[in-house]
Amino acid sequence: MSLGAAEAAITVAEEQGGGLWREAVKRLSRNPAAIIGAVLIALFVFVAIFADWLAPYTAMAPDLSQIEGPGHVPGPSAEHWLGLDDNGRDLLSRIILGARQSLLVGVVSLLFGMAGGIILGLLAGGLGGWVDSTVMRLVDMMLAIPGLLFAIGIAAMLGQGMTAVMIAIGVVNIPVFARLLRGQMLAQREADYALAAKSLGVKRSRIILGHVFPNSLTPVIVQGTLTLATAIIEAAGLAFLGLSGEDPSIPEWGRMLAESQRHLANAPQLVIAPGVAIVLAALGFTLLGEALREALDPKYRR
Amino acid sequence: MLRFIVRRLLVLVPVLLGLSIALFAWVRALPGSPAQALLGERATQAQIDLINRQMGLDEPIYVQYFRFLGKIVQFDFGTSVQTNQPVLDEMIRRFPATFELGVTALLLAVVVGVPLGYFAARRGGTWLDSATITGSLVGITIPVFFLAYMLKYVFAVKLGWFPNTGRQEARMLNVEHPTGFYVLDGLVTGNMAAFWDAILHLVLPAVALATIPLAIIARITRAAVLDVLNEDYVRTAESKGLTAGVVTRRHVLRNALLPVTTVVGLQFGLLMSGAILTETVFAFPGVGKFVADAIPTRDYPSIQGFILVIATLFVLINLVVDVAYGLIDPRVRVK
Repeated sequence: MSLGAAEAAITVAEEQGGGLWREAVKRLSRNPAAIIGAVLIALFVFVAIFADWLAPYTAMAPDLSQIEGPGHVPGPSAEHWLGLDDNGRDLLSRIILGARQSLLVGVVSLLFGMAGGIILGLLAGGLGGWVDSTVMRLVDMMLAIPGLLFAIGIAAMLGQGMTAVMIAIGVVNIPVFARLLRGQMLAQREADYALAAKSLGVKRSRIILGHVFPNSLTPVIVQGTLTLATAIIEAAGLAFLGLSGEDPSIPEWGRMLAESQRHLANAPQLVIAPGVAIVLAALGFTLLGEALREALDPKYRR
Repeated sequence: MLRFIVRRLLVLVPVLLGLSIALFAWVRALPGSPAQALLGERATQAQIDLINRQMGLDEPIYVQYFRFLGKIVQFDFGTSVQTNQPVLDEMIRRFPATFELGVTALLLAVVVGVPLGYFAARRGGTWLDSATITGSLVGITIPVFFLAYMLKYVFAVKLGWFPNTGRQEARMLNVEHPTGFYVLDGLVTGNMAAFWDAILHLVLPAVALATIPLAIIARITRAAVLDVLNEDYVRTAESKGLTAGVVTRRHVLRNALLPVTTVVGLQFGLLMSGAILTETVFAFPGVGKFVADAIPTRDYPSIQGFILVIATLFVLINLVVDVAYGLIDPRVRVK
């Protein structure tokens, strides 16, 4: 058997052993938590994409006729299902339009963090030696700073605004992905298929990139799903602290919550609505991520 | 054991040095130069040069870095923009509040989370198990500041059981605070009204701050107990005829709580992040609130000092947890 054919056989064996994803999907479809998570995500993505059509009013146009005086917040009515905010803007519309912002921040920051983490993890796990130690010290350093504080520092450096928030949350997630991928690659390097390829004389770079790396990505994908949830929560936290900029035409759930705090006693719906929106969006990704982890983890297979 | 500790301490050196370089670079990368901030927009080049010379900003970058390093090893973090006081003094003054809050929250998380996780594992598949799993998932996904507002709305605004904000009622302004830990102060000075008042102020913020660690600890305990229950040595112990109590104490809990100790140690960072948000919602005058206030005022020296102190504490706590782990579990030391 030529080297190429032998290697192909290994690849086929990996794939057969890992009808992993097909089986995972089958297991997911039997897990009620996964289904609830998927439904929540589908709803969230649908609302985010079609926000302009779904929102009954625009984000900005105030209905001042309803405001009876300073500090008055009109409650829910037939025209405004969730009522208006203190500037006379329709709350439901702002929640719907805010979904777009949350999804955007979640996805962009995740891609940023995942890309950075995969590059660092691949370098550390693939090259080993001094590269590995240097990268891991860097990762240790980044993990020593509490996430929110780290994000505050980066957002302060970049200037306030949603872009700064996305990059900040992305950077905070880099060490998590880097460490995860490196650990997984170190374990996979000792797996039978890697040893088999090595004994066949396949080049090291090819073993790492063609076999070890793709086989190490599963936990990274699971972590990615869970990170989308935390990214949405962290973005809301940074916006709550005033780091997302002041543009009122872009409704953001965390900032809406912060701006409504003085109405907590007389109009709690202004705080509850964005809060519940954040929880539902984050819960969807958490439920699916956890179910995915269980479905892919051999320990849970029955 | 000593070699293990020394080796771990040596790993800390590059991490902390790297951190100091990163923070030094961070201040340089912030928008606006220090001279510009002092002099305003219409400063002449000569004035800017003068300020730069006075502040040592015209020297080579490595000289500036070593001067910065020299200052921070002496705990000199500069002057807070908010208050014009040394950052260190501001942090020391606010530290007891955050410490009191953090410790209460962590205690709450452990005292509730560990038994919850344990019983969920023991009664696997029952309503208690499902409730714990669902509850911990929701606990992880609720933003701390939203939960804090809800607690404040229900228990402070609507029911009036707990105070809204702060650490002590305004009418107790002249209460003595010899230690700065208000609960302890009440006990030390024998002022039971102040002691009780401080506890009441602590309850809601502590519950808000405890939720996420509680959810994580309950989950880890559940998973760890489930793992141990399937071990051969537990079956052996049971078949030897040991009573359920002895098996639980000596074989199950002792082994299951090992990973839990590590996780408890790792909650420090989460508590600090949470304190920034929780203290803001409850106007709780701690370090977290101070950092949150530093953002709109661009009080970068305070943020820098806070990151340095917290990160150093974090790596030291991790070290202590690792060493403690090595003491409890000899297998770790061998590796």
